Amino acid sequence: MGNVLAICEYSGAALRSSALSNLSFARAAATAHGGEVIIALIGAGANAASGHAAKYAGKVIVVEDGALEHYLAESYAPIIARLAKDNGASIVTATATSLGKDVMPRVAALLDAGMASDISKLEGSNKFVRPILAGNAYSTVEISTPIICVTVRQSEFEPAGEAGGAGTVSTAPVGEINLFGASFVRAETQKSDRPDLGDAKVVVAGGRGMKNGENFKVLEQLADLLGAAMGASRAATDAGMVPADWQVGQTGKIVAPNLYFAVAISGAIQHLAGMKGSKTIVAINKNKDEPIFQVADYGVVMEWEKAVPELISEIKKVKASR
Amino acid sequence: MKILVPVKRVPDPTQKTKIKDNAIDLTGASWIVNTFDEYAVETALRLLENGESNTRTGGEVVTVTLGPDDAAKELRTTLAMGADRAIHVVTDDKDIDSLAVVKVLQAIIEAEKPDLVLMGKQAVDGDANQVGQMLAGKLGWPQATFAATIEKVADGFVVGREVDGGVEYKKVPSPAIVTVDLRIVAGHSVKNGVTPATFAYQGEGARLPSLKGIMAAKKKPLDSKKIADFGVGAPAIREVGVTLPPARAAGQIVADIPTLVAKLANDAKAI
Ligand SMILES: Cc1cc2nc3c(=O)[nH]c(=O)nc-3n(C[C@@H](O)[C@H](O)[C@H](O)COP(=O)(O)OP(=O)(O)OC[C@H]3O[C@@H](n4cnc5c(N)ncnc54)[C@H](O)[C@@H]3O)c2cc1C
Ligand SMILES: Cc1cc2nc3c(=O)[nH]c(=O)nc-3n(C[C@H](O)[C@H](O)[C@H](O)COP(=O)(O)OP(=O)(O)OC[C@H]3O[C@@H](n4cnc5c(N)ncnc54)[C@H](O)[C@@H]3O)c2cc1C
Repeated sequence: MGNVLAICEYSGAALRSSALSNLSFARAAATAHGGEVIIALIGAGANAASGHAAKYAGKVIVVEDGALEHYLAESYAPIIARLAKDNGASIVTATATSLGKDVMPRVAALLDAGMASDISKLEGSNKFVRPILAGNAYSTVEISTPIICVTVRQSEFEPAGEAGGAGTVSTAPVGEINLFGASFVRAETQKSDRPDLGDAKVVVAGGRGMKNGENFKVLEQLADLLGAAMGASRAATDAGMVPADWQVGQTGKIVAPNLYFAVAISGAIQHLAGMKGSKTIVAINKNKDEPIFQVADYGVVMEWEKAVPELISEIKKVKASR
Repeated sequence: MKILVPVKRVPDPTQKTKIKDNAIDLTGASWIVNTFDEYAVETALRLLENGESNTRTGGEVVTVTLGPDDAAKELRTTLAMGADRAIHVVTDDKDIDSLAVVKVLQAIIEAEKPDLVLMGKQAVDGDANQVGQMLAGKLGWPQATFAATIEKVADGFVVGREVDGGVEYKKVPSPAIVTVDLRIVAGHSVKNGVTPATFAYQGEGARLPSLKGIMAAKKKPLDSKKIADFGVGAPAIREVGVTLPPARAAGQIVADIPTLVAKLANDAKAI
């Protein structure tokens, strides 16, 4: 029994929405463990988000240092492990973002902790449900180590609401950093005004049948009309039509929006694993026998070249009539 | 350069998932090398060859698996692809958890002293995505996960990592743990300073074993070890149940776009 240390990612002065899913798991785990939620904010600009974080938990710990300007697992993992020990944590948790997936198993190694990755549910204090086999089954694992490390699948946990009240904010030293020779070189990021794939209420995804990156422009028009995020199949990302981080699926992003458009995507199990939790699925494909139609709520057997422009104009009409 | 590649066998993902006695029913299952590990073997071979002239330039690739007797078959597959030797730690899958896998791999790495450990980012059965990072933590080694590109430089490797929002380049010295993502098998993803930069590998994934490779693999060393020699305790992580996800309700094919939009607006209330 003990506290829950929730590693939360932030952007500027606010927690990221992915962190709010982590906090909703953290609250449930704290209840099960008879402890409290402690939010850890780590990084060069961490303090800026502490005011926002304090709305979600009774205790916020900030580890801020210029040496943490670029995230590296080598520097973050020992800090997280130390915070866990110093604060009586029995659960250490993060969202299964690329950062969470990279750092949390390393933390587990430093703490001799058992780890449950990418969980979908808490079932008792040390039992976790997690999807396996491309989401074709759910496995319940029971972990008996004194400290347990967890990453949380964002799409399976509702974002936490504010706790009502303001938690205390304290700081902890960064301590000695050993990077084991690793260094950050550079980042190539795409700036986009669209919502993150993980947060979006609507996702518009294209596959190999889009043929080239230029053709994705018409899907982007549809996305902008609906305030949607863009997604893609592996075939489209591998072919370089669109950025790799648009990949939805077992080994890419897992999404569960209100509405998912699969355009010119066949529906391989690895793709379905990333989107079949969506509330409403629309498939547009020229071949009526594709497996995507087995998960789609609404299927249209048509070439995208004809279907998508028509879809855009019909949606505009509906919006205009409201 | 000596490269060690841990590989896991996984049930062929195209098989239907069945449950028996509260566990995944694997009777009669066919098995494959975890695709990401196959890609890791491919990456190791690309680092050690001139891709254009298709010649090995030296070095050694050692593959390692923990698994039952049958898992020797998947190790032979890696030897047929071009790995030089293999180590098989014989154990029942049910007796090991990720902590045990890490402990055994750590002992083997400490004995073998490779310059690089290359492995899949995740096993596509358990989908855990954790063994590589844990190993790095235990060994006190740097890690570069989710590699889409890798370049050999004088004092280590520069790895292009697929992260949320783009690609992050990270430099790690040797030895290091590198876990690979899907794009690592793209034509230009591996740069070793030998293969001309203009050369692009063709094909969609890892190389298929050639007939010659398959014959050669039969004579390559495959060292079998017992898990008992590694002092692994009882698993701290136990699977206590498995369920199938609920099926989605059957959908409908709609005749045209206006019908679709009407249904999205009125029935699904999704737009
Ligand atoms: C029938 C069956 C029963 C099982 N029962 C349990 C159980 O009760 N509890 C439990 O925790 N787990 C169980 N497992 C899974 C367990 O044996 C996994 O091997 C272990 O948890 C590590 O794999 P992962 O999926 O977590 O690896 P990931 O972290 O997803 O794998 C990443 C990489 O680690 C390497 N790797 C992983 N496993 C091996 C291996 N065996 N040999 C060599 N390299 C490897 C590979 O390079 C792989 O790409 C069972 C598996 C089977 C098939
Ligand atoms: C280890 C591993 C991990 C993987 N992980 C993922 C993952 O995370 N995500 C993922 O998506 N995939 C993943 N895959 C790949 C997956 O198996 C499929 O190969 C991939 O999803 C196929 O993409 P696609 O549907 O775009 O292409 P295809 O299967 O080639 O389908 C193209 C579709 O476009 C349709 N089409 C063509 N032209 C038109 C037109 N003019 N109008 C309308 N329709 C048209 C065709 O009918 C077809 O259905 C993984 C594979 C492996 C081995």
